[in-house]
Amino acid sequence: MVARVTVFILRRLIQSVFILLLTSVLVFIAIYAIGDPIDVLISPEADQLERIRIAATFGLDQPLWRQYLLFAENALQGDLGRSFAFSTPAIPLILERMPATLELAVAAMLLAIGLGIPLGLWVGLRPQSIVGKIIMSVSILGFSLPTFWVGLILILVFAVQLGWLPASGRGATQLLFGVPVSFLTWDGLRHLLLPALNLALFNIALVIRLTRAGTQEALLQDYVRFARAKGLTTSRIVGVHVLKNILIPIITVIALQFGSIIAFAIVTESVFAWPGMGKLIIDSIRVLDRPVIVAYLMLIVAVFITINLVVDIIYSFVDPRVRLSGGRV
Amino acid sequence: MSEDARNAQVVSSPALETPMRTFYRNFFSSRVATIGLVGLALIFLAALLAPVIAPQNPYDLATLDIMHSRLQPGERSLDGQLIFVLGTDEQGRDMLSAILYGIRISIIVGFASTTIALALGLLAGLIAGYAGGRVDSLIMRAADIQLSFPPILIALILLALTGPGVSKIIVALVAVQWAYYARTARSAALVEREKPYMEAAVILGLSPLRIIARHLLPNCMPPLVVVAALQVASAISLEATLSFLGLGLPVTEPSLGLLIANGFQYLLSGKYWISFYPGIALLLTIVAINLVADHLRDILNPQLAK
Repeated sequence: MVARVTVFILRRLIQSVFILLLTSVLVFIAIYAIGDPIDVLISPEADQLERIRIAATFGLDQPLWRQYLLFAENALQGDLGRSFAFSTPAIPLILERMPATLELAVAAMLLAIGLGIPLGLWVGLRPQSIVGKIIMSVSILGFSLPTFWVGLILILVFAVQLGWLPASGRGATQLLFGVPVSFLTWDGLRHLLLPALNLALFNIALVIRLTRAGTQEALLQDYVRFARAKGLTTSRIVGVHVLKNILIPIITVIALQFGSIIAFAIVTESVFAWPGMGKLIIDSIRVLDRPVIVAYLMLIVAVFITINLVVDIIYSFVDPRVRLSGGRV
Repeated sequence: MSEDARNAQVVSSPALETPMRTFYRNFFSSRVATIGLVGLALIFLAALLAPVIAPQNPYDLATLDIMHSRLQPGERSLDGQLIFVLGTDEQGRDMLSAILYGIRISIIVGFASTTIALALGLLAGLIAGYAGGRVDSLIMRAADIQLSFPPILIALILLALTGPGVSKIIVALVAVQWAYYARTARSAALVEREKPYMEAAVILGLSPLRIIARHLLPNCMPPLVVVAALQVASAISLEATLSFLGLGLPVTEPSLGLLIANGFQYLLSGKYWISFYPGIALLLTIVAINLVADHLRDILNPQLAK
């Protein structure tokens, strides 16, 4: 048992390193495909001698594979170059924006659970009611509508027409363990609500469907019948016994969605001008700030590989079938 | 057996009930799906006829007048010739015309990428399912790796590296989608491979190419059609998202996503129509495709239905 798990984890680790390597080669070659970085570094009037000198300083006169090794070596030391736009090292620049993205993602997850489970329970208990059918139809829209479009409508309704909530920015922040967060101030909370709701929408729909399916299945089980026979109230049966049984799979699925939420934050952050990593990468792509683009891509791929690896390892202990099939990446 | 009874038997005999006819009857039995199909047909027609029915060629800069900039829906042009039914954008472009042309680009990108991805994924999946062994595990591992990343991230990586453009976004969308088809085609191929008709084809000594193309392929199609129908909507939606972010299509070929992005800066000042109407066009397109696709799934692939 232990040996097999070890082999599995080792195999997955090797695979993860391989993918990270593949991404770095891909990103590196693509940078070359985009153009000669020297053109960006020197003024157009510089003569040939100046070009050669600059190329030598940055190692651009070396063969491609040697340049890649240099790039990889620096990357392993946490150095992926300096941002052209901010003239600061790229990695710290991205890490600085990370708390804002994480706050948004966590808020979206809490909203998905907080809204999705009660709505899903309601539909699961009254599948034929009109309200239930409306909730299910809206949840289909939640799956199929583009996030940015919903964000636009939220701004149009709640910020422009009703004027209840601000349309963009993060609002006042307060330091929590040295990290600025929005949710501790009233202003910050107001700024957080719309983007979090926007980002949560897909997952609210997902949780509603999972909860509904779970509830309907649970209601047919013997323990519910027994609880009824014991004379418990419906609210106690649903609130305690059913909920306890359906909660674990729902929380698992939502936890697995965390990576996706961070990826989709790119869209939401751009719509609501939320100053996180996602907005930074879009702004950087617009001004062709290559070091930041490269750093972000490497970082996000690493994050994803780590999330998937951790999930797989946990699963391999819980569900032995995963070990046999090789798991996710 | 009387004459009548024999006639009745002929009429109801399965020979007259072709699979296509059954399919049509099943499809149109759902009112929602029929509405979706009619809506989709209208949207297609509008996109196809855009050069004919659009009041203005939105990309012919000569017809644009800066004096018409950001007019409200329903206002007339200065010479009174044109009524801007859905208003104008910041360059004085008629929004209705821009939307008709925008739908055209969105649909072309959505369908082209889905078709190419379907062909590639189908090929990969059939080869994997038919060959098995090492080839199978190689192709499927590649698909697994890809599916473990969110589509938007993969498209973003590719477009960040290649820059915007119609062909580039189609490549990105194909790269995002192929794995779904490969998986579906493989699982269908694995099921079909065990059936007697495949055994018969092998015994007959047909070449593997002929077996795959003429026997395996047609029988694997129904689940793939369902996946493709659902994927068209998500391809259009993803293209709109990427264009909205400024990564998808160039400004010279504005799809619906780009039109929405153009109007976004005016949204806060109350000039909602520049973003809002392209958004409605996008919404209707996606919903219509989803209505048709959902029903297709119920008919062609009952075990997938929720």
